[in-house]
Amino acid sequence: MSWVTKTLKSTLGRKLIMALTGLFLILFLTGHVSGNLLLFKNDGGEAFNIYAKFMTTNPAVKVLSYLTYISVIAHVIYSIILSRHNKAARPVGYAESKAATNSAWASRNMGILGTIILIFIVVHMQSFWAQMHWGDLPVKTYAGEEYKDLYSIVNFAFQNIFMVIGYVVAMAFLAFHLSHGFASAFQTLGLNHKKYSPAIKAVGQLYCIVVPVLFAAMPLYIYFTS
Amino acid sequence: MKLTLKIWRQKNASDKGGFATYPVDHVSKDMSFLEMLDVLNEELTEKGEDPVHFDHDCREGICGMCSLYINGKPHGPQQTTTCQLHMRSFNDGDTVVIEPWRAKAFPVVKDLVVDRAAFDRIIQAGGYVNVNTGGVPDANEIPIPKTIADLAMDAAQCIGCGACVAACKNASAMLFTSAKVSQLALLPQGQVERKTRAEKMVAQMDAEGFGACTNTGACEAECPKGISITNIARMNREYFSAVVSSENV
Amino acid sequence: MILDSKAPAGPLAEKWTKHKFTSKLVNPANKRKYTVIVVGTGLAGASAAASLAELGYNVKAFCFQDSPRRAHSIAAQGGINAAKNYQNDGDSVFRLFYDTVKGGDYRAREANVYRLAEVSVNIIDQCVAQGVPFAREYGGLLANRSFGGAQVSRTFYARGQTGQQLLLGAYSALSRQVATGKVKLYPRTEMMDVVMIDGHARGIVTRNLITGAVETHAGHAVLLCTGGYGNVFFLSTNAMGSNVTAAWRAHKRGAYFANPCFTQIHPTCIPVSGDHQSKLTLMSESLRNDGRVWVPKTVEIAEKLRKGQIKANDIKEEDRDYYLERRYPSFGNLVPRDVASRNAKYVCDEGRGVNETGEAVFLDFRDAIKRDSRNVIEQKYGNLFDMYQQITGENPYEVPMMIYPAVHYTMGGLWVDYNLMTTVPGLYALGEANFSDHGANRLGASALMQGLADGYFVIPYTVGDYLATIGPAPVDANHPEFAKVKGEVQDRIKKLLSINGSKTVDYFHKKLGKIMWDECGMARTAEGLTKAKAQIQALKKEFWSDVKVLGFNEELNQSLEKAHRVADFLELGELMVDDALNRNESCGGHFREEYQTPEGEALRDDENYAYAAAWKYMGEGIQEELHQEALVFENVKLTQRSYK
Repeated sequence: MSWVTKTLKSTLGRKLIMALTGLFLILFLTGHVSGNLLLFKNDGGEAFNIYAKFMTTNPAVKVLSYLTYISVIAHVIYSIILSRHNKAARPVGYAESKAATNSAWASRNMGILGTIILIFIVVHMQSFWAQMHWGDLPVKTYAGEEYKDLYSIVNFAFQNIFMVIGYVVAMAFLAFHLSHGFASAFQTLGLNHKKYSPAIKAVGQLYCIVVPVLFAAMPLYIYFTS
Repeated sequence: MKLTLKIWRQKNASDKGGFATYPVDHVSKDMSFLEMLDVLNEELTEKGEDPVHFDHDCREGICGMCSLYINGKPHGPQQTTTCQLHMRSFNDGDTVVIEPWRAKAFPVVKDLVVDRAAFDRIIQAGGYVNVNTGGVPDANEIPIPKTIADLAMDAAQCIGCGACVAACKNASAMLFTSAKVSQLALLPQGQVERKTRAEKMVAQMDAEGFGACTNTGACEAECPKGISITNIARMNREYFSAVVSSENV
Repeated sequence: MILDSKAPAGPLAEKWTKHKFTSKLVNPANKRKYTVIVVGTGLAGASAAASLAELGYNVKAFCFQDSPRRAHSIAAQGGINAAKNYQNDGDSVFRLFYDTVKGGDYRAREANVYRLAEVSVNIIDQCVAQGVPFAREYGGLLANRSFGGAQVSRTFYARGQTGQQLLLGAYSALSRQVATGKVKLYPRTEMMDVVMIDGHARGIVTRNLITGAVETHAGHAVLLCTGGYGNVFFLSTNAMGSNVTAAWRAHKRGAYFANPCFTQIHPTCIPVSGDHQSKLTLMSESLRNDGRVWVPKTVEIAEKLRKGQIKANDIKEEDRDYYLERRYPSFGNLVPRDVASRNAKYVCDEGRGVNETGEAVFLDFRDAIKRDSRNVIEQKYGNLFDMYQQITGENPYEVPMMIYPAVHYTMGGLWVDYNLMTTVPGLYALGEANFSDHGANRLGASALMQGLADGYFVIPYTVGDYLATIGPAPVDANHPEFAKVKGEVQDRIKKLLSINGSKTVDYFHKKLGKIMWDECGMARTAEGLTKAKAQIQALKKEFWSDVKVLGFNEELNQSLEKAHRVADFLELGELMVDDALNRNESCGGHFREEYQTPEGEALRDDENYAYAAAWKYMGEGIQEELHQEALVFENVKLTQRSYK
């Protein structure tokens, strides 16, 4: 076995992949949420549609998007590998456990939270991402250039109360996932220092609220304004 | 006070095992938890029943031999060793559930006794400085900043009881392993073998079948010696920098 | 038999160097042909096993715990002495030697003690090289403290866990040799007997505590590093598993047992709280640096206290008797352990004890907190205060601690010569298991020093001398003697399991402990000892006819383990009484009430008792035979210890 595969097979190596992909996905979320803020712009979706086209055509963004797909897939696969490994490490469980007294709920349920988020991602991508790439979308023209009108799809989707509820709930799960995942990734990378860790934790706590809230605000805004 | 004990009984490693219930009377608040079990065992012996087997030795919280998962927590409700847990932490009429440490790497030997030799093998993989007796420099030739010596001591306090493994939802031994890796990584004496040590100890930890770390912090919260998970971060750092820079291909 | 200490002649300071030079060496290529058996993995055992393996010998190391790291050396709190003189306060090898001989009340062998002091400096170097995190000054150099009444600061420490850190250091050295394959480790394995071939120790018989398998192990030499026998008192600061079995079985095979009555009662332990008590917890001696020991001046006040009518803090300054400060103005609360313990007993015997049982005195930090602030005290003793509160439920920052003496260490043990060899060739005893270095009383922070000195720096030389003499021919593991001893061990197991009487092992252990504590504890009388002897004999008889040991041999059977140990304690107890009865003097930890100065201090009889009493086992039920090793003092003047 080469040192690379050996490392990636070790528990620490696997955790490293979880941490790196997790952090990359946090970066992705940051970009995603920033761009999608254009939904709040009261321009009939012009800025949003221009942004959407940019995101699907710009070569640099393309590279980033492939990295994102890889990250999601790796994050999922390694979480499955690790969960199975961890389960095997305790074949007989405890009859009584007071884990709540020593650790946060989210930290113990990252797998469940992640699974729900994964289901959400599939639904979400099918609703918008697939539409944008291969769907038969209406076209709008701004300044002489044609743009796929993703905005109208979004706008339509969030007229559906169930869709809105689903999105808001999914964002709650995301918040819990991030509440542990953000700081945990730094800890896994070995970045724990009494000077910096409090800041990392604070940013993590802020992040896990702000980003999901902004995301959740989008369907709500659309539902209640249109 | 009176208590109801629900204790895991298992004849040997291959027995399936199960819970048995024992009422105990006349429990004094001043008793240690293990003394309460002593009293139960005396009664059982007098009745001709096999006494409950549990590990214990120094009974002053330092040898790390006592274990027991009490009412859903390793070493019971206080952050201390079971031998230092006293019955004043319980109330009259309580039901107390007592289980062994649960981990694939800690197989049950009998009743509440488990085999923790995996920890020894992790240390054997590299938890030492390769110096022979004699021929070492004068102790004061190696000045060590007090803050570093104190940090190393914080890690070195680990008693190897295994509460971290017991508490962890993944039965991970990261806190134990990282405490030793940290102690020696912090001290100048440990520098020579720093990289190899991190690689070997982690490899052994994995080979023993312990789980991975989810950074829940349960180990730190339950550790009777208050070993911090900063040590786990340090071990990760040590390990990652070792694998990319060591000469071990 | 004439007990030859084999201490080399010549000036004290040159003895060890000379001896090392005259000892035979084993050819490096031959070392791998030898097997050395090491029983016990505490400081002495782990350090010996590691050092011998480093030299190239094959080592088999045994311990009854689940891991070598759990040996009871781990519980030592205070520190380890070494004559480094890092503090420039007048320490030297000779001063450490002198203090140790004096502290031991002149009942130790000069040559051994000097060697101990001499190698003490190497121990610190060795431990630091291993990565033991000793306390340090801000400049990065090692810190020292004064300990146990020493006039110099020569104690190295790692918070309140020095024993733990030193043991983990030795354990890491041992683990390293396990990894190289030079040491084969046998945890959860108890030594049951020694196998003798042609008068030499050639192996041991063990019991696997998990499977019950009785096995034989052959070797060229056997090292017993099995600690002390304080658990003969049932209640002591020893670990629950600490036992005399290995040493006692060796004794019955011909190793003389020396000074068994020399037991140390430590003054600062948490008092007994009830019948359920299984062990006593030591509070570090360092507490006496700041705490003041007192009891009420009158019995009346003490009675009110015991009945709970008043609290300690209600007692006025003029009603408090700081009896150590009063009686020993120059040493005050820092008098040696034996003196502090005995005085606690006196005041409690007078009816001035302060807890419900009447067997406790106060150790008060009120004045220290007032002087230095609570913060300073917390930094020094925080962990000890927490431990005290955990056990007693009382907050020592607010109310005085209650303490009482408890059995802590046994200075007696297997008789060994300068080479640490017992009277059985090839059988060695190291650390607390031997008798050699502490005389009649051990000074604080000296036990760790001795264990590591024996293991790291003495035995590698002396065992080599013996091995070179006998040659590397393999020991015949099929020699009929192995099967014979194994059979005897199995018979004994069967016997214990077949009695099926009505009383548990602990019942007998507690009874024995009470007899020993009452009659052979802090103060002894000829009358009491004679009575105790008869009681122990009767108890032993009752044990062998009425003990109840359940279960089988072929399983983890903790009752059976205990039964073996208690059976040996019953025999040892009788010998301790014999020894105490024989020694018609008071010295160190041995205080015979008949022999005291008008002020109540120990009165030695150097003319008649300046010897080590080594007892030879003569057979079941036969009085053991006394042999004397005369102690010759060429370098210290025997004086009455005075701490006034």
